[in-house]
Amino acid sequence: MAYRLIGNDFTPPDIEAKVTGSAKYAEDFRADGMVHVKVFGSPMPHAKVKSIDADEAMKIPGFVALLLPDEVKQPDVTGFPILTSEPKYHGQPIVAVAAETEQAAADTVAALKVDLEMLPFVVDPLDSLRQGGANALEGGNVSGRGVDFQELKWTGKDFAAAAENELPRGAAPIEWSFGDIDAGFAEAAVIVEDSFVHATNSHHAMEPRSAAAFWENGKCHVWGSTQSTSFAQPGLARMIGIELKDLVFVAEYCGGGFGGKATSYPLMALPALMSKKLGGRPCHLRVSRFEEYANGMARSGFQGWTRLGFASDGRITAADIFVVQDLGPTTGFPDFNNVGNAFSVVFQPPNMRFRAVPVLTNTVPKGPQRGPGENQTANMFEPLIDKAARELGIDRIAMREVNAPGNGGVGAKIGAKQGPLTSAFLKEALTQGAETFGWAERSANSGMRKGPKARGYGVASAYHSAGSSGFDGLVRITPDGTLHVHTGVGNLGTYSYGSTSRVAAEVLGYDWDHVVIERGGTARHIPFNLGQFGSNTSFTMARTNYVAAMDAKAKLLEIAASSHGGDPDDYDISDERIVRKSDMGVVMTFAEAAQMAVDMGDKYAGHVLPDDIHEMTRTSAMAIAGTGLVGVAKDTLPKDGTAPALTASFVEVDVDVETGSVEILDFLTVSDCGIVNHPTGLAAQSRGGAVMGFGLALTERHIYDPAYGIPNAASFYHGKPLSYLDVPLNTQWGAVNQPDPQNPMGIRGVGEPLQGSASAALLCAISDALGGHLFNRIPVVTDMIVNAAAGQPQSHKPLATNTV
Amino acid sequence: MDASGPYDPTLDYPEGPAIAEIAGGGDIKPWRPLHVTRRNFLRGVVCSGIVIGGSSYLFSAATPARADARGVERMMSLTVNGKTRHVDVAPNETLGYTVRYRLGLTGTKIGCNQAECGACTVMADGRTIYSCSTLTHRMRGKDIVTVEGIAAADGTLHPVQQAFIDELAPQCGFCTPGQVVAGVALLNANPNPTEEEARVAMSGNLCRCGAYEHYLRGVMKAAREV
Repeated sequence: MAYRLIGNDFTPPDIEAKVTGSAKYAEDFRADGMVHVKVFGSPMPHAKVKSIDADEAMKIPGFVALLLPDEVKQPDVTGFPILTSEPKYHGQPIVAVAAETEQAAADTVAALKVDLEMLPFVVDPLDSLRQGGANALEGGNVSGRGVDFQELKWTGKDFAAAAENELPRGAAPIEWSFGDIDAGFAEAAVIVEDSFVHATNSHHAMEPRSAAAFWENGKCHVWGSTQSTSFAQPGLARMIGIELKDLVFVAEYCGGGFGGKATSYPLMALPALMSKKLGGRPCHLRVSRFEEYANGMARSGFQGWTRLGFASDGRITAADIFVVQDLGPTTGFPDFNNVGNAFSVVFQPPNMRFRAVPVLTNTVPKGPQRGPGENQTANMFEPLIDKAARELGIDRIAMREVNAPGNGGVGAKIGAKQGPLTSAFLKEALTQGAETFGWAERSANSGMRKGPKARGYGVASAYHSAGSSGFDGLVRITPDGTLHVHTGVGNLGTYSYGSTSRVAAEVLGYDWDHVVIERGGTARHIPFNLGQFGSNTSFTMARTNYVAAMDAKAKLLEIAASSHGGDPDDYDISDERIVRKSDMGVVMTFAEAAQMAVDMGDKYAGHVLPDDIHEMTRTSAMAIAGTGLVGVAKDTLPKDGTAPALTASFVEVDVDVETGSVEILDFLTVSDCGIVNHPTGLAAQSRGGAVMGFGLALTERHIYDPAYGIPNAASFYHGKPLSYLDVPLNTQWGAVNQPDPQNPMGIRGVGEPLQGSASAALLCAISDALGGHLFNRIPVVTDMIVNAAAGQPQSHKPLATNTV
Repeated sequence: MDASGPYDPTLDYPEGPAIAEIAGGGDIKPWRPLHVTRRNFLRGVVCSGIVIGGSSYLFSAATPARADARGVERMMSLTVNGKTRHVDVAPNETLGYTVRYRLGLTGTKIGCNQAECGACTVMADGRTIYSCSTLTHRMRGKDIVTVEGIAAADGTLHPVQQAFIDELAPQCGFCTPGQVVAGVALLNANPNPTEEEARVAMSGNLCRCGAYEHYLRGVMKAAREV
């Protein structure tokens, strides 16, 4: 059907505030009597606090208070504490101070005398797996979601069995398989076997995770920077130690998250805890760039090995994958799970074994970063697909098309249990992209030299799961006829809070000018929505807004029937009015129906609510009850598969073999994201994701001093996000625009693979320019290119990570 | 060691409620400022957040530096967005801090505080500067324009602002004030830039969301309209 709003651009209501500077981020909060909070961060990568001498610090003019580790809740050994007396990474907060000015707070921190006992530390996971290698935490070196905290050491034999450039493969706590990989390799025409390293990199959100808080009348008010306005709240309330109903949360803008602010995090709770100690006095924590680096999480790196079998037509016959994940000092994020899942979706192997070892290190805590695991998968494996294509003499597009899930996902499977996908058109995206890009003609120039510059072309695919179910929607029609869409989706910058709100307006036939989006905090009475992460918002909250709008529609028709007789089925809606189906005569306007809902009360005005909605939604609905016609429902629509976000990217580069510089000449990504809801939004995400991906491929990595465990790449310059001068202009984007059958509007999101397929395509293009040279190390920095082009050995040790 | 005496940080902020009851009072023992070297000066810049990475724990990144402050006249006249205001400014205070924390102009963002990202970009006498790395006392007599001073007094957006909206250029929006100021400064100086000139002029402003192409389209669109 033709939609009025879905598929069309709109001006997001918050965007003008962004260009005028009136948008208020967490650090822009001010209050009378506000004090400034700062933290003393550990100068060591692993230590135990022996004593804290604050005598001199407390004499600093302007000093107000200290907050010590034993004054805050402590998590389990692999958890992420707010303050700690056993720091497990450089920069981890030990003590917080409050002072009248930020300078006084800084001076107080500087005057603290914290006596630390150095403990063994490790920055390379493989070092920790060796016999006698240090454990990042006392008592263990392996953890992860679904993996018990334990000490795991591989045997000397395990290490000796591996060649110099080959990943040793000892015991692995994660192992799953399907099919028969031995049989798969037996029928392979070509087998590719390689080891590889993928660096850790920072999220580098432009806005550090500053926060502010105060207490009033038993409620805690928090200004935070988060991707997820409603989903962040339960965890934040737990960290502060209050019930959800006692949290007043404001998160109208988020200056970049990329997974690093997916929900709540320890520093967000710190001002609230300090404020509590000060009797509710407003507390403001301005996080510095280094503190953001140290505490803002990072993408997990990997050391890995794989063996892939291919039939003569390019079809994968078997895949054997082994990865070691750099988990950081906490349970981190299960990127390792996503490696296995992503490979199984993008390449649909009939036989596969997956093993993983998540290893704790004394490095920056790791969290999800845009395509966590999935995007590393694209970077690690796509160049190997090219290697096999070359050996088989098959075009690289054809190589991917033969393996990719397509045709709507018929027969496509995911993961260990080989579950179904809701839909998939990756094969079609590859075909469409190759045609748009002119792959056949352009790739004929592969390896073309012009002076020191060599031309290269790359293609790659990426995946991320893209939707969930079970969350709530809440809408309200007020007696002035306005539709209020209450949304707990965060404001990360994708504008999906707006594009998904348009689903409710579409269902109710609203003119967009008559819709108000209620968002940004508890004061706007928001429902419990899933967070704005994981490419899921479009799929998940299109469903919640759909069910809430359908509830509102049902109530409108019931009101008409009760007022004008007959059955609700006798009526329909049109142009914000209720009409009689028989003659399309107008019965009443939505405004009149909303007033009737208020008069009728009961479920119509939100006084009686469904039993299955979340506590947060219930509280919000009760707050707006009686102010209009309330539509509220939990999404119980059918969902019996994994909704995938899939992309195919195409890159053209010139690689200067004398300087190692890479000039990206052209770029295209085609998305399989269901029906495109917000075209310019998809364009912006396609290009922005690619820019971020190009940095992942070329410049962004963590580096530690191995002797001291101190980070040496903590700034923008050292783990460099790309700039205006590094990326191409006038790039293209596209979409297959096929509906997902398990979303009522056919919509799916696609934020994450846009980065992964672009970065992987760039890596493939660089290899292509260099005649198929495989680096098997990400990022590919300039000196690696110069060394490869000159036939010189690389300066890094094989498989070493977190170093140059 | 310089002996110019202790610096009183409570002067840096308007007086709040009495703190004695909260902090427990006690004698104030003055401390001596650090010897003034370039390093110590930089370390002492207000809210610097500067990292001293190194091969030992001595200059730990996790240990903020003490301020060094000298006998500089603190009161100054500062002209921001056409209004001249008298403000009490610490000698080691950055313009970014002054406009955000003293003048309440929070549109200017501090993303890195070390001249890397450009989120703090403002104009001084028409030229773009990183306000996070500019001492406010150096701005005496300058005409400062922040993002709040870009739109017309009646709220009409500048063509660059409107074009950024039209092109859906801002994503998270944190770098946007700096991008707006950089774009406007460019068009003031060169109303008809080539795309390459605009790209170079904007290159001091990072955008982690990667919206460069959309910002640049906005600048070029505005150039056609101014």
